[in-house]
Amino acid sequence: MTEKILMKGNEAIAEAGIRVGCRYFFGYPITPQNELPAYMSRRLPEVQGTFLQAESEVAAINMVYGAAGAGGRVMTSSSSPGISLKQEGISYLAGSELPCVIVNITRGGPGLGGIQPAQSDYFQATRGGGHGDYYTPVLAPQSVQEAVDLTMDAFDIADKYRNPVLVLGDGMIGQMMEPVEFKKEITPDQLPEKKWATNGAAGRKPNIINSLRLQPEKLEELNLKLQEKYMAMKKAEVRYETDNIEDAEYILVAFGTTARIVKSAADMAREVGMKVGIIRPITLFPFPEDVIAKASEKARFILTVEMSLGQMVEDVRLSAKGRCPVYFQGRTGGVVPKPGEILDNLKRLAGGGK
Amino acid sequence: MKLVAKRPKALAEKPMHYCPGCTHGITHRLIAEVIDEMDIQEKTIGIAPVGCAVFAYDYFNIDMQQAAHGRAPAVATGIKRVLPENFVFTYQGDGDLASIGTAEIVHAAMRGEKFTVVFINNAIYGMTGGQMAPTTMVGQKTATSPYGREAAHAGYPMRVVEMLATLPGAAYLARVGLFNNREIKKAKKALRRSFEIQEKGLGFSLVEFLSTCPTNWGMAPLDALKWVEEEMVPYYPLGVIRDIEEEGGPKK
Ligand SMILES: Cc1ncc(C[n+]2csc(CCOP(=O)(O)OP(=O)(O)O)c2C)c(N)n1
Ligand code: SF4
Repeated sequence: MTEKILMKGNEAIAEAGIRVGCRYFFGYPITPQNELPAYMSRRLPEVQGTFLQAESEVAAINMVYGAAGAGGRVMTSSSSPGISLKQEGISYLAGSELPCVIVNITRGGPGLGGIQPAQSDYFQATRGGGHGDYYTPVLAPQSVQEAVDLTMDAFDIADKYRNPVLVLGDGMIGQMMEPVEFKKEITPDQLPEKKWATNGAAGRKPNIINSLRLQPEKLEELNLKLQEKYMAMKKAEVRYETDNIEDAEYILVAFGTTARIVKSAADMAREVGMKVGIIRPITLFPFPEDVIAKASEKARFILTVEMSLGQMVEDVRLSAKGRCPVYFQGRTGGVVPKPGEILDNLKRLAGGGK
Repeated sequence: MKLVAKRPKALAEKPMHYCPGCTHGITHRLIAEVIDEMDIQEKTIGIAPVGCAVFAYDYFNIDMQQAAHGRAPAVATGIKRVLPENFVFTYQGDGDLASIGTAEIVHAAMRGEKFTVVFINNAIYGMTGGQMAPTTMVGQKTATSPYGREAAHAGYPMRVVEMLATLPGAAYLARVGLFNNREIKKAKKALRRSFEIQEKGLGFSLVEFLSTCPTNWGMAPLDALKWVEEEMVPYYPLGVIRDIEEEGGPKK
């Protein structure tokens, strides 16, 4: 039996990692995710794990690379500017096919930006982020409980595909306190062996962790192999939630914290007789194209709401393929949209945009 | 008949791509000999850099990881923290270690990470075509210092072992040359010692190899060896700069 405990999002994500056998964490301080490494620094020694504060995010992600290559279940976390610094490492991890979990508790940008919640790293997260033709699965929780569940799953997805996996929360998810339960308890000795790991070539041929292919044909071969994985992810890993879309004339699309706000707006709209449904992508890559495509066949319009000036809306438009209008509404820089603003906009658009 | 030389087991049977007269090959061989002598082939993980030695992952019969430019000490940290009983070494050039990777090397030494660094100081960027490195000698002409390195413009060359010697976490630091057989023997001794320091868990160890790049120096191999001895050694003195055990154990 598991019990519910009240926890801050950042700490709950850390505990979730430990509960599925993550024993290595490398990080660097940045707001609004500081509680996560601090929690790890306290908890990991209790379970014979290693927490290390690196000299930079660049070093942290390369420590993750080494630890993942050595076969460890490993995690790092940061926030937007720090995630930008990690991009070279993430590209190497993808190219060398190394599993790990990277948490981005996003804040507003560009540059130093601010420290309030934002969703303006959507492009970076869903388009690989670093150089080269690669993707990472991106899991976007809307509650602390979901952050826990998705973090646990992230490790398995990483191992299944030998690919880094991103958990994309925003400052709100990281800072919020909610009751959570941990539904799994896995220790490292229960994890499947990683035969490809560089842990000493005893009684076998040496293993090599590497992303270099100087011959164009060989590099193309590696890329085609990676693409096969991304195709497989698109088939097997898409996650989303829908709410009242069956009879909906208007569809709202939002992820993470914004999805909760949109839910309040949708409830208010239903009260005044507007048939509003919600599609909430949980995986941002792979993106839930099909459900949006289907909804776009009947909907009068789709309204995408984000804490950015319009990033996910591009994927929504690609999915809707012009079958219905796709509008965008967003606040940015750490400003959180209000349900009333969304309702007003819905009414305005339903009335022909006046 | 007495066998006087054979390929170390830890050295793969692959032709190396290094230019004629380049000392990268000698250093590879020394590493493989030390691995053989200590019988740690099945326990050692090496890290190849970005630089001429990037293919090092193909040249050793051991597990290898390839690291991003300059990040080998961070990668080694990750490996060693997961596998504290194994031997871990990085192999890094001077562009890799002393320029783009200075933060990583300094902090690995500061933390006293228990791995060994093989540092190749050839006073130039080899792979990218002979640009100026932090270790390039004053007056030395390179692709990006065509009039010779000027101290007023580009500063003085970086002495890595002396710099790291300010950090108590560095347990073993030595600089060696490869310009004659006597020095090669000393180099091997230092390398062996650095692996023993690692085995004993005493802290960070690094051996700087004064090396040649005949191709980008525009010199014949023998002239390049002479240049190391005559031009580099006076600025980069040889010897063991730190041996924590001989100095009576870790400092407070
Ligand atoms: C991030 C990044 N910057 C630059 C390069 C290009 N690059 C490849 S090798 C190299 C320098 C290698 O010089 P050094 O470390 O001295 O090794 P050597 O080739 O002399 O053995 C550079 C700058 C790169 N691969 N990655
Ligand atoms: S370019 Fe210089 S360092 Fe590189 S292999 Fe040739 S001689 Fe050696």
